[in-house]
Amino acid sequence: MNAPHPVTDELLQPGYNFAYLDEHTKRMIRRALLKAVAIPGYQVPFGGREMPLPYGWGTGGIQVTAAIIGRDDTLKVIDQGADDTTNAVNIRSFFRKVTGVATTEKTREASIIQTRHRVPETPLAEGQTMVYQVPIPEPLRWLEPRETETRTMHALSEYGVMHVKLYEDIVRHGRIATTYDYPVIVNERYLMRPSPIPKFDNPKLDMSPALQLFGAGREKRVYAVPPYTRVRSLDFDDHPFAVERWSQPCALCGSTHSYLDEIILDDQGQRMFVCSDTEYCHTRQEEGHRGTQSDTGKEVAA
Amino acid sequence: MNMSLKHATPLLQVRDLAKRYGRRIGCEHIDFDLYPGEVLCIVGESGSGKSTLLNTLAFQLRPDEGSVRYDLKDRGATDLATLTDAQLRELWRTDWGFVRQNPRDGLRMRVSAGANIGERLMAVGQRHYGDIRDTALAWLNKVEIDASRLDDAPTAFSGGMQQRLQIARNLVTQPRLVFMDEPTAGLDVSVQARFLDLLRSLVAELGLAVILVTHDLAVARLLAHRLIVMRQGRIVETGLTDQVLDDPQHPYTQLLVSSVLAA
Repeated sequence: MNAPHPVTDELLQPGYNFAYLDEHTKRMIRRALLKAVAIPGYQVPFGGREMPLPYGWGTGGIQVTAAIIGRDDTLKVIDQGADDTTNAVNIRSFFRKVTGVATTEKTREASIIQTRHRVPETPLAEGQTMVYQVPIPEPLRWLEPRETETRTMHALSEYGVMHVKLYEDIVRHGRIATTYDYPVIVNERYLMRPSPIPKFDNPKLDMSPALQLFGAGREKRVYAVPPYTRVRSLDFDDHPFAVERWSQPCALCGSTHSYLDEIILDDQGQRMFVCSDTEYCHTRQEEGHRGTQSDTGKEVAA
Repeated sequence: MNMSLKHATPLLQVRDLAKRYGRRIGCEHIDFDLYPGEVLCIVGESGSGKSTLLNTLAFQLRPDEGSVRYDLKDRGATDLATLTDAQLRELWRTDWGFVRQNPRDGLRMRVSAGANIGERLMAVGQRHYGDIRDTALAWLNKVEIDASRLDDAPTAFSGGMQQRLQIARNLVTQPRLVFMDEPTAGLDVSVQARFLDLLRSLVAELGLAVILVTHDLAVARLLAHRLIVMRQGRIVETGLTDQVLDDPQHPYTQLLVSSVLAA
């Protein structure tokens, strides 16, 4: 799968326009994206189309990818860090069928990475584009149900109330217990939901060399973080922003600096922690890194 | 109270204010000045335009005619119509307070009492959890709510406690002017008495100016320095509270006073 596929892929389905959407729709989405890039963190409405999969499965991200993908792009799709889970496999095969472009699992080889809820561990580079699937784009929705009011709050940068949510977290849990979709301020101006990535990934958004695009299909909004843009996570002076830590390294590759998933092994309480970014973990293992359960791990992963 | 009237500049100057709903009159020909530390009650029967007037004074409704000038901290007396939305909203959440009849309109019911009090502090940029919490605790104490309730949501509070929490939530930024719309209407009589007592001591202690809408003349008698009596959207009588209640001049005021037992 890692070898680039030529455009004349035998999987390419006849009868569809390149990347499924018609050219006018793609142009409309690109216009919205240009505006989003020009105003970092600002939610731009777009005319979302019906896609051949349900809302909540990544219709926003797919439309963004379809609008920007070209014949010489290389696409990587991840779902919760993994390249081989249902959502990732299906979106990747969808684009193979309607574009015939090359796909890859290697973060470094990809020019477009569509993601559901993770940022790859491998640092991104200039020229790469991240496409995030966003369920709910409005960060103030929890506090203010009226759309007219949230728009005014964005217009006037009235974001103090966002701290009410974090305050409640500390009251209930003794610390800021929001662990994913952790609110950020983009370019010191707009409050933004980074989509449900773990807060572990928030620092990767800050000053990233890659272009980051966010698409919400149900709510028909796109927003963006251009390369090298400041992205600051909200916090309190006496409860500063901190990312998750684990008491043990990845059981397969021994990594101590990546986001780990907990895997329950049996009903005796045995468990292991492994990298959520499968490609990163494999690469490290190929490079000779070993964890405590490298052998067991292969059976589990197999 | 008369000490405050010696201030040269009024806090609020209202001139020929009118608000109409199509051809119906909300209120019109409203003229008065409000001085710092003064408590002004707007009384009148239901439908007389009291709430419309209150909302128009606070610029939550835009007036159709006339002007409201407010003595801004940094700019002095300023016509509210010249303020941008951003400036107006900042005024609403810092130098002004709003106490609603129904606490559900004035509180965030799903977050703790502490967060309710702390919201304005966070909105003006405080970012220290411990400090915000300490301030919230001090205010709970001031409005006579037990400190152990700091982390409880207002849904778990009694009606009287919810109203007192609303007071604390508004006063935490030390506003100079507070608008109250029938704050005691939903409370039973014993709770009302305690609430009014608290309100009176806070107003005196903090030197608050208050514009309070009520249909209850007993509330007006207890709290207000001055009264405005409204009928069909117009002021029919105005004056010092005792003067208006004990020696009403306008027939409507006479009717209003005589219809209340021991007002």
